[in-house]
Amino acid sequence: MTSRTAGEPLVRLSAVDKWFGELHVLQDIDLSIDRGEVVVVIGPSGSGKSTLCRTVNRLEPIDSGEITIDGQRLPDEGRELARLRADVGMVFQSFNLFAHKTVLENVTLGPVKVRKQPKGDAERRARELLDRVGVGSQADKYPAQLSGGQQQRVAIARALAMDPKVMLFDEPTSALDPEMINEVLDVMTALARDGMTMVVVTHEMGFARRAANRVVFMDGGRIVESATPETFFTRPQSDRAKDFLAKILTH
Amino acid sequence: MDFVSENADLFVDAFLATLGLSLLAGLLALVLGTLLAAMRVSPVPPLRGLATFYVETFRNTPLTVVFFFLIFGLPQIDFVIGFFSGAVLSVGLYTAAFVCEAVRSGINAVAAGQAEAARALGLTFGQSLREVVLPQAFRTVVPPLGNVLIAMVKNTSIAAGFSVSELSSLLPRLVNADAGDLTLVLVGVVVGYMVITLPSALAVNRIERRVAILR
Repeated sequence: MTSRTAGEPLVRLSAVDKWFGELHVLQDIDLSIDRGEVVVVIGPSGSGKSTLCRTVNRLEPIDSGEITIDGQRLPDEGRELARLRADVGMVFQSFNLFAHKTVLENVTLGPVKVRKQPKGDAERRARELLDRVGVGSQADKYPAQLSGGQQQRVAIARALAMDPKVMLFDEPTSALDPEMINEVLDVMTALARDGMTMVVVTHEMGFARRAANRVVFMDGGRIVESATPETFFTRPQSDRAKDFLAKILTH
Repeated sequence: MDFVSENADLFVDAFLATLGLSLLAGLLALVLGTLLAAMRVSPVPPLRGLATFYVETFRNTPLTVVFFFLIFGLPQIDFVIGFFSGAVLSVGLYTAAFVCEAVRSGINAVAAGQAEAARALGLTFGQSLREVVLPQAFRTVVPPLGNVLIAMVKNTSIAAGFSVSELSSLLPRLVNADAGDLTLVLVGVVVGYMVITLPSALAVNRIERRVAILR
């Protein structure tokens, strides 16, 4: 391991462009995320915020520009990319728990197959993590037997089991019933407080105010504003952001 | 009943030949077909192209022609294989194309998010296929795979035309020997195939129920 200077950002996107066919979904994106920083990405649907999140572990390849994680450029494909992805936790909107595996197996799969941890150690750690996110008693059930909120907390535990350097959350509460949103946000807030580096794409403005160090507002494939939650929510600079906030904060 | 007792050995040998042919060709088809399906969904274009070429070649060639090619064509380039091995290879290679397509349809039926989650954890392409995608794909392909394998058992009858003494080869031989017992021979042969295919169908049903998964 090479030692890194403390000031170097953990995740850096420079001049990133991406097209979906004719659609220019990401336009000249520059974004740096420091260690321990919690960045919340908001914006209207179709603004490219999910795509942005998914480029960080190359679930979406980019057309030009550069993305580095911990100083290392994202490899194109193959084992190098897999190794780098192991250090980047990801939580999806639709949970994506492995349907044929128990909750415990979902959490131990990565540590056993990728990190080559002994099964016993991985299970012990998995149970700790499941307890931490409040679903320890569900360890031997299958994902379909759990509520959405429980499934998403298992998904968070599954990502944490890899000891990731950074966690990506792609609209983690958008598929949840309203009464289950808070149990997931509580887990995320606790993570943020513990110093996890996080990129969170969400529509939960309460979470953004409470847990974010920085809010990034996207529209039309561009980063329009980047500010502290306090500044962004009280004194947005761009008309587009003012318009967006007026629409979502009125009720 | 002299006819039956006189030909019992012949019948048992023929049945065992069909059974052996089915088991060996089935094994070859399942392994090769799964491998081909993995190639067809792989991120490596040459592998995809190769597997697609294989599938289209074998799927669109009559099985009899495959037999001809392997048993009479290969010796032309000094590669001689026995009739039985030739039959196993012909049926196995041919059926692999159909197994591949059944398994591939199963892979496509697995939600894309499953493979994404596996890749996001750092699993390699092979690992995510083995650990996450294929186990779920096989659950949905049990019924179509059952069809493919039952069709394969019946396809082994083409080996009769290539000097393999399997069940169907009894028909011309025994009917010529004693035309009066045509019905008996026919029933015997059909029952012989059913002894193989019906338990397979039952097994498929049981497997289907066992592996059914909550989604």
